[in-house]
Amino acid sequence: MDSFFRSEEMCLVQLFFQTESAHNCIDELGHLGLVQFKDLHPGTADFQRRFVKEVKKCEEMERILRKQLYFVTFFDKLEQELKEINSNRDTLRQNFTQLTEINHLLHMTDDFFVEVESQMTISELPSEDSVYSSRRASYASTNGSLKLGFVAGVIKHERFPAFEKILWRLFHGNFVLRHAEIKPHQEENMEVFVKKDVFVVFVQGDQVRGKIRKLCDGFHASMYPCPNNAAARKEMRTNVNMRMEDLRLVLKRTEEFRVTTLTAAAANLREWTAKVKKMKAIYYTLNLCNIDITQKLIIAEIWCPVSDLSSVHAALIKGSEQTGSSVTPIMNRIHTQQTPPTFNRTNVFTSGFQNIIDAYGVGDYQEINPAPYTMVTFPFLFAVMFGDCGHGLLMTLLAVWLILHEEHFRKLKNELVDMLVSGRYIILLMGIYSIYTGLIYNDCFSKSFNLFGSSWSVRHMFHPQGPWTNETLHNSDYLQLDPLVSGVYSGNPYPFGIDPMWNIALNKLLFLNSYKMKMSVIIGVVHMLFGVMLSLGNYINFKDVVLKFIPELVFMLSLFGYLTFLILYKWCVVIKSDSAPSILLLFINMMFFDYSSNGAMLYKTQKPVQIFLVVVAGVMVPWLLFAKPLLMYREHKTIFIRFVLMLMNANTQVFSVIYHSSFYFKMNHIKYIQTIFSLQISMGDIFVYQGIHTIEYCLGCISNTASYLRLWALSLAHAELSEVLWKMVLQVALRVTSGMGSVLLAVTFATFAVLTVTILLVMEGLSAFLHALRLHWVEFQNKFYQGSGYKFSPLSFDKMLNMK
Amino acid sequence: MANLSFVIPMSVMTLFWGIIGGVVPWFIPKGPNRGVIVTMLVLTAVCCYLFWLIAILAQLNPLFGPALKNDTIWYMYYHSS
Repeated sequence: MDSFFRSEEMCLVQLFFQTESAHNCIDELGHLGLVQFKDLHPGTADFQRRFVKEVKKCEEMERILRKQLYFVTFFDKLEQELKEINSNRDTLRQNFTQLTEINHLLHMTDDFFVEVESQMTISELPSEDSVYSSRRASYASTNGSLKLGFVAGVIKHERFPAFEKILWRLFHGNFVLRHAEIKPHQEENMEVFVKKDVFVVFVQGDQVRGKIRKLCDGFHASMYPCPNNAAARKEMRTNVNMRMEDLRLVLKRTEEFRVTTLTAAAANLREWTAKVKKMKAIYYTLNLCNIDITQKLIIAEIWCPVSDLSSVHAALIKGSEQTGSSVTPIMNRIHTQQTPPTFNRTNVFTSGFQNIIDAYGVGDYQEINPAPYTMVTFPFLFAVMFGDCGHGLLMTLLAVWLILHEEHFRKLKNELVDMLVSGRYIILLMGIYSIYTGLIYNDCFSKSFNLFGSSWSVRHMFHPQGPWTNETLHNSDYLQLDPLVSGVYSGNPYPFGIDPMWNIALNKLLFLNSYKMKMSVIIGVVHMLFGVMLSLGNYINFKDVVLKFIPELVFMLSLFGYLTFLILYKWCVVIKSDSAPSILLLFINMMFFDYSSNGAMLYKTQKPVQIFLVVVAGVMVPWLLFAKPLLMYREHKTIFIRFVLMLMNANTQVFSVIYHSSFYFKMNHIKYIQTIFSLQISMGDIFVYQGIHTIEYCLGCISNTASYLRLWALSLAHAELSEVLWKMVLQVALRVTSGMGSVLLAVTFATFAVLTVTILLVMEGLSAFLHALRLHWVEFQNKFYQGSGYKFSPLSFDKMLNMK
Repeated sequence: MANLSFVIPMSVMTLFWGIIGGVVPWFIPKGPNRGVIVTMLVLTAVCCYLFWLIAILAQLNPLFGPALKNDTIWYMYYHSS
């Protein structure tokens, strides 16, 4: 329970387990997700480590699994099958292509033959398809009595003109060439349909035919034997069609089989990928350990939270039981001077906030964790800048939708969506607080609610109570209500939020700016004071209160706490508006001790009080600057006595504790000597550090307070954008009086909605998010947070598998 | 400030946020998340109460009033109380 406010206490533990049970033990620890393995070979390169081959094998398997086609090692048989299937399919496809080509060839050469034969003999059969009858060119110059030989084949469409040209060149026109384009049938859905032409070349003599064959080979045209007479051709065609049907069936079956095998494999794909990832992680972890080859032991060093020691022990026992070894692993907790990693236990709700804190810097070991406070202050500061209950409601609804459908969104595996999903609870809180601040600002899509009745009354400005008459009304475009006239201001402020009268006032910004600026300063000072108070938590741990905490607190309170008091006082007290002093001028004059100008003070004893406060703040600066270094200097005088005492302690430690190797003892001994010498040398360092810290703090107080004015600036921008969208987009359509106004309104509302979402929700949302985050990271955290630790990164299979 | 119409909202809001920040935390059941929930309740109560308080104090003693267009003034004179 305490762990979220401060990082958990960690311990360094040595593990000893047998080599056989190593795999299972680390597997169990990985599932537990609570230990971080320390690298016991920090100097060695990756390829020098013991298990580098196994790691490479795992990486290879991973790569292959990503391609999702083949599986090595476990599923050789499956691989063989798939290979066979694929090669069979290719051959079948090829055969099928050839047969279709033959089919086309036979189909289309029919009329060529008929045409030629008709000039020699009586044609027996009419051409089956008279589609190409238009191609019957009368060719008169054939020698009717000579028997013509022919070559028939299929050539690619684009090569045909070149083919024809070369034939002319070779044979000087002593040939008849007919060609026709193959038009695809509907059922043939080849993946890539290459345009091909059927051609027949009629020539005299056999030698010529040989030449043509060579030419065809050169052009990669496939030649097919084509019988001379029509009957043989018909028979061939029926044969070819039969074979094509058979092949089609076989192809279909092959395809089905392939699909079923692949789907069965794909179902297990995720499981296999997970297994391979785990194995790789385990071998990688084993690389970090020491192997004591003679005794068949593996030595590992882990960082582990103290509260989880028992569960780690249980996991190790479970792991060793799985391998059936009788020797249980040994856990040996060792003390060390090294800084442990920072571990903050988070759940689904808190992890988002912890992430945004860690993005700036992971906290030091056992430092105060700003995350639990950030869970409220960050959405709250966002809401102060966003401040519109209509937009806040939209944001809340978006967050609820993200939360309810988290699984579905994670499956999309889109980076932006992932970011939104992991921040869904942050968005929910931001939306809820925005609704609240929107109600207080009385701003809902730039309109105000009037729930309680306005405190301002126009009626009382007119006669008989007030100065206005009907004539005054006619003479000027606008008039200002005067709170000094009785009854105009009811005396009671609007009970919840800003009075709705201000929404329709022309000088709305004059009032709202003053209100929001003062609000920003008050919120800023409170936030920073909270940060300074939190630093107390860090000091109590390290006993440093008076030297740093008290001067910081007094400095901030005396100057900026007083500023807050001035603001609140001026609000609560009744003053005449012409004699009201400006708070800014009061503050500036206070710093310069300038009390000569017009002399308007807020309260009677203001001058002495202010002088006192400035003097006190002035005293705090040297206190902050010099107290700590001077004290440390005095401590040094006793340092040698301490040194001797430490050495004596170290000697006794040598004999009382048994270490597995003497390596650790030597390290600690050297560390002791080093720390003592370092204390002596760094007096100058301490002065410089303290000087920097003082300047940073004191100047930072002023600049950080001014920095909080961005709360005012962004909320003003948001309100103005919202008003522009209303006045210049939606109101225009609402004022149209003709019948077409409804259509215009529908279109305009669509525009209004799109602009609201993109400009006001997305852009302003991101902007307010960023600025609220900056206020936390810089202005809040530099009061107490160091953020220079390193994060606890345990071996956790859940995290590993969820990341991909 | 002795005016009833100011005292009522003041006390209602103070009581409301006071209960949320000071009373409800005692009723949160013991568990690993108790610290976080209590922190959130207290901080929410403080932040929201402070924000409301600033808004009402800023309007308590106004130094100037709203400037309205004469159409608005005419409408409000004849149609509202």
